Amino acid sequence: MIPSFLSLEDWAAITLTLELAGITTVLLLALCTPLAWWLAHTRSRWRGPVGAVVALPLVLPPTVIGFYLLVTMGPNGPIGHLTESLGLGRLPFTFPGLVIGSIVYSLPFAVQPLQRAFESAGRRPLEVAATLGAGPLDRFFTVALPLARPGFVTAAVLSFAHTVGEFGVVLMLGGNIPGVTRVVSVQIYDHVEAMEYAQAHWLAGGMVVFSFIVLMLLQWLQPKERR
Amino acid sequence: MNHSPLLHRTLSALGLAALVLPGAHAGEVSVAVAANFTAPMQKIAAQFEQDTGHKAVLSFGATGKFYAQIKNGAPFGILLAADDTTPEKIAREGLGIGATRFTYAIGQLVLWSKQPGYVDAEGKVLQKTDWQHIAIANPKLAPYGLAAMQTLDKLGLTAQVQPRVVTGENIGQTYQFAASGNAQLGFVALSQVMEDGRLREGSAWVVPGNLHEPIRQDAIVLKPGQGSEAAAALMQYLRGDKARAVIKSYGYSF
Repeated sequence: MIPSFLSLEDWAAITLTLELAGITTVLLLALCTPLAWWLAHTRSRWRGPVGAVVALPLVLPPTVIGFYLLVTMGPNGPIGHLTESLGLGRLPFTFPGLVIGSIVYSLPFAVQPLQRAFESAGRRPLEVAATLGAGPLDRFFTVALPLARPGFVTAAVLSFAHTVGEFGVVLMLGGNIPGVTRVVSVQIYDHVEAMEYAQAHWLAGGMVVFSFIVLMLLQWLQPKERR
Repeated sequence: MNHSPLLHRTLSALGLAALVLPGAHAGEVSVAVAANFTAPMQKIAAQFEQDTGHKAVLSFGATGKFYAQIKNGAPFGILLAADDTTPEKIAREGLGIGATRFTYAIGQLVLWSKQPGYVDAEGKVLQKTDWQHIAIANPKLAPYGLAAMQTLDKLGLTAQVQPRVVTGENIGQTYQFAASGNAQLGFVALSQVMEDGRLREGSAWVVPGNLHEPIRQDAIVLKPGQGSEAAAALMQYLRGDKARAVIKSYGYSF
């Protein structure tokens, strides 16, 4: 049953937000597993710079990320040129554009827990597996991945929650199109600006409850022996 | 506690300085300025300071946001709104002084493209299908957005254009969508694309006034500005020839 205190537009924004966060999380995990693995094990001199780039979205204001994505994805930007020459059109004001923005925005929230999980497992179990005759792929999938399971849970939950809480990047890049780019945080902003405080409260309060539950869940899922 | 004699001396020196220095009577007024009036107001504020010795501290943003802040005790002395309904509401709710309300500018809507020669003199480009996006300010929040929607309605193009609309939160963001080229067209304020009586770049159609309600931009003195000399002086200054010349050079009328 749909409670009447949220409008259809509010529900559309909620569905869209969950879709965006879900897709972003799946793509982030796929993308960040090799990246985090490399960061955890490499001795390359690129480790520092790459780690810093990955961490940039932590400290940059979302408006900076949004602004540069808008410019680089635009008709005069390098990404814009690329997508147009591939016949994909332009990314700003589209759902795929938001997915890319969200991946950039939530990148450190996926990479860093994974990297820490890989690091804390260390090389020892892998070496043992190797002496027992396991091949590299076998070692990765049957030893490294299961050992890093808590890292994956943390990365997934944080990426999802952080994308749900995204505002500045979407605002700059999205163009506020209902059902395409108007996510919950933007919808709340609109309600407040339009002085529709009651509707703003329902959505904003919902976000607080959601975030609280996510963080509780995260503590719950952490390995028990650490407590 | 051993700091306090020094502190005392410093404070009394400062107090003395305030009494003797010329221009010590000059006041300060903080002004909430509608985003579309940013550029002209910066010029006017500089001249105002030079001519009167008073200082105007400017904040720029969406009128709706300013209203929420004013309602919650923001210390602005004057609001230069993007519409006439917000100042009216403020006066009615006792948050400002109704008698000080006046129209400082009438906004001019334009259809603008960054691309030179793209927008024709009659706005026929709106009927074309070779553009993907048109940027319009949120009509619920911004008077220029409302005027743009009224214009599309009047031209009978709403249904045809709507699927290609991208919405800016205010007129500033709307301009940014069009200026970055991500939206080929944008309904923006003439003041944003005009300087010294000329179009700065791109191409534009100045939307005739009969296609939408006039965008009357009203000013009002707010409760915190009541009795402030600087606030009264700025309200007076905005009606003066010097300020009006600036306002006009950005494409507003009165």
